[in-house]
Amino acid sequence: MNEIFGLSTLDLSRFQFATTSIFHYFFVAFTVGFSLIIAVLQTLAHRSGDPKLENLTRFFGHLFFINFAVGVVTGIVQEFQFGMNWQSFSNFVGNIFGVPLALEVLMAFFLESTFLGLWWFGKGRLPAWASLASIWIVAVGTTISAFWIIIANAWMQHPVGYTLKNGRAIMTDAWAVVTNPKGLEWFAHLWTGSLTVAAFFVLAVSAYHLRRRHNVSAFTISFKVALVAALVGSVGVTAAGHVQGQSAVRDQPMKYAAFSALWNTPEGSTMPESLVALPSNAERDNRFEISVPYLGSFLAFNNLHEKARGLNQLQAEYTARYGPGNYIPYVWPVYWAFRVMVGLGGVMLLVSLYYMWRWRMGRLDRPGRLYPLLLVMPLAPHLANFSGWIATEMGRQPWVVQGLLRTADAVSALSPLTVLLSLVAFWLVYLTLIGLDVFLLTRTARAGMHDPDVETPSVPAPVYLPEGAAP
Amino acid sequence: MTLDLPTVWFILTAAVFTIYFFLDGFDFGVGMLQPFLARNEAQRRALISTVGPFWAANEVWVILAASAIFAAFPLWYGALLSGLYPLFTLILLAMIGRGVAFEYRAEVDHVRWRTFWDVTAFITNVLPAFLWGVIMANLVRGLPLGVDAHLQGNPLVAFDVFSVLGGLATLSLFVLHGATFLLLRLDTGSVLYARARRAALSWGAVATVLVLSFVVMGFVRVNLFKTLGFAEWLFPAAAAVNLGLIWLALTLRRDGLAFTATALTIVFSTATIFVSLFPNVLPSTLNAQYTLTVQGSASEPYTLRLLSWVGVVFLPLIIAYQAWSYYVFRQRIRDQDEAIPGGAND
Repeated sequence: MNEIFGLSTLDLSRFQFATTSIFHYFFVAFTVGFSLIIAVLQTLAHRSGDPKLENLTRFFGHLFFINFAVGVVTGIVQEFQFGMNWQSFSNFVGNIFGVPLALEVLMAFFLESTFLGLWWFGKGRLPAWASLASIWIVAVGTTISAFWIIIANAWMQHPVGYTLKNGRAIMTDAWAVVTNPKGLEWFAHLWTGSLTVAAFFVLAVSAYHLRRRHNVSAFTISFKVALVAALVGSVGVTAAGHVQGQSAVRDQPMKYAAFSALWNTPEGSTMPESLVALPSNAERDNRFEISVPYLGSFLAFNNLHEKARGLNQLQAEYTARYGPGNYIPYVWPVYWAFRVMVGLGGVMLLVSLYYMWRWRMGRLDRPGRLYPLLLVMPLAPHLANFSGWIATEMGRQPWVVQGLLRTADAVSALSPLTVLLSLVAFWLVYLTLIGLDVFLLTRTARAGMHDPDVETPSVPAPVYLPEGAAP
Repeated sequence: MTLDLPTVWFILTAAVFTIYFFLDGFDFGVGMLQPFLARNEAQRRALISTVGPFWAANEVWVILAASAIFAAFPLWYGALLSGLYPLFTLILLAMIGRGVAFEYRAEVDHVRWRTFWDVTAFITNVLPAFLWGVIMANLVRGLPLGVDAHLQGNPLVAFDVFSVLGGLATLSLFVLHGATFLLLRLDTGSVLYARARRAALSWGAVATVLVLSFVVMGFVRVNLFKTLGFAEWLFPAAAAVNLGLIWLALTLRRDGLAFTATALTIVFSTATIFVSLFPNVLPSTLNAQYTLTVQGSASEPYTLRLLSWVGVVFLPLIIAYQAWSYYVFRQRIRDQDEAIPGGAND
């Protein structure tokens, strides 16, 4: 009765949470970076007064709009599932975790949805400055939104500013929660990562039209704006990732050891880093491993002599501190997801640098030999984000709140059948949405820009009656 | 009743739900009325345009309601959402479909594509309009909650005659609210306007019957008003007066008054629910000792104080800029064919 097809309510709830979060994040990451790029494009259009740029902004705005719709609706699921699937978690953390969520809604969701409506539907009805202000407000709103959600997540990974009372976590220091060092590091990582999502999408769309010599002067501008975003994003995400790795060694050593598949604390005077490994939780060791000496110490500590603790040693420490149990996360997905993320980050950096070099050489009006790569590059940051979330969230298991609450103790008392039914329903809807979104994005992106006087053809403006018209 | 922090947040939560039903109520209504009022593409577009710029921001109020409960009453949040798990799953699926239908319908210029989204939009507006009523009825009637506010038994316990009647009452009220909203938004000389007016008249009757039956059944079944302690007839009576007012307004052709009347009916109905709930937030039908109360399920004063400060700063701001967006799109809308002299109307 407590399992269905061998899956418990806990398994299914975890799967549902991962599905919802990852799916929602595809659209969120897009929204954060893309709104900024569009705001920059519209600022350029505003300052130059060039209708071609105006039109370019509208074109990318349409693509943004297609994505935003799905981002909003999946965000609602995200907000509700804490209570639906994780009742005990909600009871335990509500005093703290609920606050950044509420702040996110109050400071960001209303801003984004109201001003996006004003920006999109208000074309020709708002003065130019108000339209420009609206898209900047949307861009700021998405960033605020990302900030609060990361502060909430950071508290689960590194609880601060709290005390325990009647078996619940109670906030004692809001400032500590807001300035959680984890939160600030992750926000930098997430924000720059979001920038790469939008940047490589805009690069691909621009390259597609440059290749076909459509509106070359306009798409060169969007290419340049996106290229700057891609470089800032991929450099920033790498730098922030490096800082995060080093703080994980201190604060979530088990997660760090899983990232590196480091089963035992190295015996020598320095720590190597494995490049390729086949970790096995059953054997509590790697079946196969190729390592580079010194690299581990350098990555984790910026020197060549310090060492991180291994999974087996940490397991012994945690058992002593928290009682008997298995505290080692499932290593191979964490290890490989981490490597996929880092590898894709490297590819993004190289591609941005290559096009920066072309820019310097004055050859940006054509996408060049890497054109086929540019067309698939939009997948890279999405896949990197996906892997990053897998690594960081699976890496902290069995804890939902590090050191305080185990995932197994957080789940709602639902029957597995109930959760399975909802899971299947959400999957069907999500897969349909992904299909529709990709279909509409490629269709709209390929259609290119329209005559400045013609609105997106399929979305005619409603006919508003002039004010004071006779009834 | 002392006005301590948990009570203030209970009132605020009720207010956020009220604003949500008031705002998204007419979105739902327009979505449900669309297949019956519009006979051609231009008319359908005109109807969608009346809510196009607003629906997304209206919907955020329910996210605020959920997160306010999460932060201010964590026990209530977990018990309600997991206790009514199948209902919230359906609502979420419907809200996904609804939002996408509004936005994606216009993206492809093909009859079958648009028909698909029109059907989706209709179903996904009916579902939440009905289910929110079921949820409100469950809220006052209570759930079989056991230790730690965990639901004991079958999750389908949410459906019975009382809650289904509650669902039908909100559904009809939202259709009516959508119709009176359209009276404010459509060109008064148009065919659509005339049809919206007829819809308001007939749904006014349906809503009156259903809302009053729900109130009567609530009085008999769950002693809906006994906890009020003062003038228990006040809110339901105010709701009833407003239902009467709608007839008067429609007869006098006062569109603003008609919309105000349906809005106030929603306000007073929601108030009735929350006032009769107080001082509980979710009764247990198993044992009174498992009932969740405002005091027992609230967050600590530190958290509530923090939330209050943020609310004081941001809520007026949100209301101001959202009102401004309604002001920007204030003009009445006419469908495209009617706008062109001699335009086709099939």
